[in-house]
Amino acid sequence: MEYFLELFFGGLTRGSIYALIALGYTMVYGIIELINFAHGEIYMIGAFTGLIVAGLLTMLGFPGISILAIALVCAVIWAAAYGYTVEKVAYKPLRGAPRLSPLISAIGMSIFLQNYVMLSQTSDFLPFPELVPKFGFMKHFGSMLSSSELVIVVATVLVCVGLTLFIKYTRLGKAMRATAQNRKMAMLVGINVDMVISATFIIGSSLAAVGGVLIASHIGQINYYIGFIAGIKAFTAAVLGGIGSLPGAMLGGLVLGLTEAYATGYVSSDYEDVFAFCLLVLILIFRPAGIMGKDKIQKV
Amino acid sequence: MREIVKRILLAAALVAMLAPSALAGGKLLLGVAGAHSGDLASYGLPTVNAAKLVADKINAAGGVNGMTVEVVAEDDQCKPELATNAATKLLSDGVKIVLGHICSGATKAALPIYLDGEMVVMSPSATNPPLTQSGEYPNFFRTISSDDAQASLDVAYAKTLGLKKLAVIHDKGDYGKGFATFAKQFLDADPSMDVVLFEGVTPGAVDYSAVVQKIKSAGADGVVFGGYHPEASKIVMAMRKKGLDIPFISDDGVKDDTFIKVAGQYAEGVYASGPKDFSKNPLFIEAVAAHKAKFGTDPGAFFPEAYSAALALLNAVKVAGGTDYAKVCEALRTSFVDTPVGKIKFDAKGDAEGVGFSIYQVKGGKYVQVQ
Repeated sequence: MEYFLELFFGGLTRGSIYALIALGYTMVYGIIELINFAHGEIYMIGAFTGLIVAGLLTMLGFPGISILAIALVCAVIWAAAYGYTVEKVAYKPLRGAPRLSPLISAIGMSIFLQNYVMLSQTSDFLPFPELVPKFGFMKHFGSMLSSSELVIVVATVLVCVGLTLFIKYTRLGKAMRATAQNRKMAMLVGINVDMVISATFIIGSSLAAVGGVLIASHIGQINYYIGFIAGIKAFTAAVLGGIGSLPGAMLGGLVLGLTEAYATGYVSSDYEDVFAFCLLVLILIFRPAGIMGKDKIQKV
Repeated sequence: MREIVKRILLAAALVAMLAPSALAGGKLLLGVAGAHSGDLASYGLPTVNAAKLVADKINAAGGVNGMTVEVVAEDDQCKPELATNAATKLLSDGVKIVLGHICSGATKAALPIYLDGEMVVMSPSATNPPLTQSGEYPNFFRTISSDDAQASLDVAYAKTLGLKKLAVIHDKGDYGKGFATFAKQFLDADPSMDVVLFEGVTPGAVDYSAVVQKIKSAGADGVVFGGYHPEASKIVMAMRKKGLDIPFISDDGVKDDTFIKVAGQYAEGVYASGPKDFSKNPLFIEAVAAHKAKFGTDPGAFFPEAYSAALALLNAVKVAGGTDYAKVCEALRTSFVDTPVGKIKFDAKGDAEGVGFSIYQVKGGKYVQVQ
């Protein structure tokens, strides 16, 4: 039973990581039906920004928890700026183009950002400091759940709840839903669609940056390539949950993370990915729109 | 009458062809077989250079028991079918000691011919384990350690640490999985040690906490890891953070300073095997200097091993007092010789003792040799 729980918490953490990144994919898809392949790279840039800021603050002698807070804020701002710019440069000019064009543009952006970071930073692995302090009360959980894992899970839940409320009740959230339902109609009733799309990219990128900093701090190392695999898995999670649906992204991430953890724990880690993708195939066969997706996908 | 003249001439010609071997009393032929042309020539040519340098050096000092050493090079392009031709040629030339071949496949193809001809063969670069370990070729020796040498060394070291239940983890790659498979073989062969877990992890995965929990629940008292440092540092960090403080032993893919830089404090105490450092050996420095003086370039691949093999072969002939097959083999197994890769002799199966790998441990942020 203890082993089962240990695997559960490991899978929960991993699933939360996927979910945090998947939210960005699913939001963008909901609004403009584009799979933003550069999203993983925004996550990576968030982590790099966090590393640079944290290194600087540590040198200046800031206390532990404030480093985490400032690094998070800086990473969010910087990554949001990148997300905004990527949209303006690579997607907006292609707004009226066939659907395949922005997709190719997204892949190009992903490759560009990866190589840009590799050349401007380094291709080596870099150590990432542990920014999350060890909470005293977490001692009782021992090896089951560490402080940084707890922070990741809690942050993901908070982000997901906050985002759902935001979409439901704020003016901007309503504008987003309107844009998602029918862009032309939204324009006719006076919604600034370009602004709404930019806001979506900014929010998605911010979430990716939060994920980047927390996850890098949990794992302890980064390089320019981390966004690729995390992005692929998060995309899988988004599709699994029903792309375009926020709770779907959360659920998809958790299902994927737990499947991988239990596949490793009870079968073999050799087949971790095999089980994860078999699950994806099965769900897509029986529910083509994903777990939470409706036949007519409910966007954002 | 004309027929008789013809026959006499033919006989004379045959005798003349046989002459080199018959008259080799004043000469000691050192065969050098390997890839001297083709795609893999860069692996084979340094060995020819090494043989020439050693021959020059020994001849300048009066030769081997009064005989001058002469290098006979035969090209096999690392192709098994050409290797058998090269071996037959060397056999018919009356060569008794051969430095080569370079590639494992070519070596394996040529060895039966050498065995029948009672010729001693020493490779500087053929690392396929069965070449020596099968025991089929008592005439075969090598100055490079075999592919499984690291695994064997690591398992032996795990035993000296008193570990009984080991988890063997690898990264599913050729190098990592190969190492892990060898390690598992050695562990299975040792009744006092068990493999409690044998698993591959996906390189670049977001985290390895599930594998770490599995290692823990398997009750392992040590981990043997085959792969490279990015996965190793993630696994070690996850292990230490989960309070799993058991020895972590790995290969030379992990004996890299980036591993220590990334894993930081968590790297402390990790063991990794890595190639022995012979760059400060005076004989090595001398051999490289001689190569530069004669050929004007830095030596290429397997040069130190080839230079050492040539020295070992000629030394064995000297100790044996001739090229008698049994005596040369005996001399290789019993008498030490100083070479660029260290002071070596050969074990019963033909692997050089004391070459290859050492165990290092991270202490105070640096890899320190512990064995």
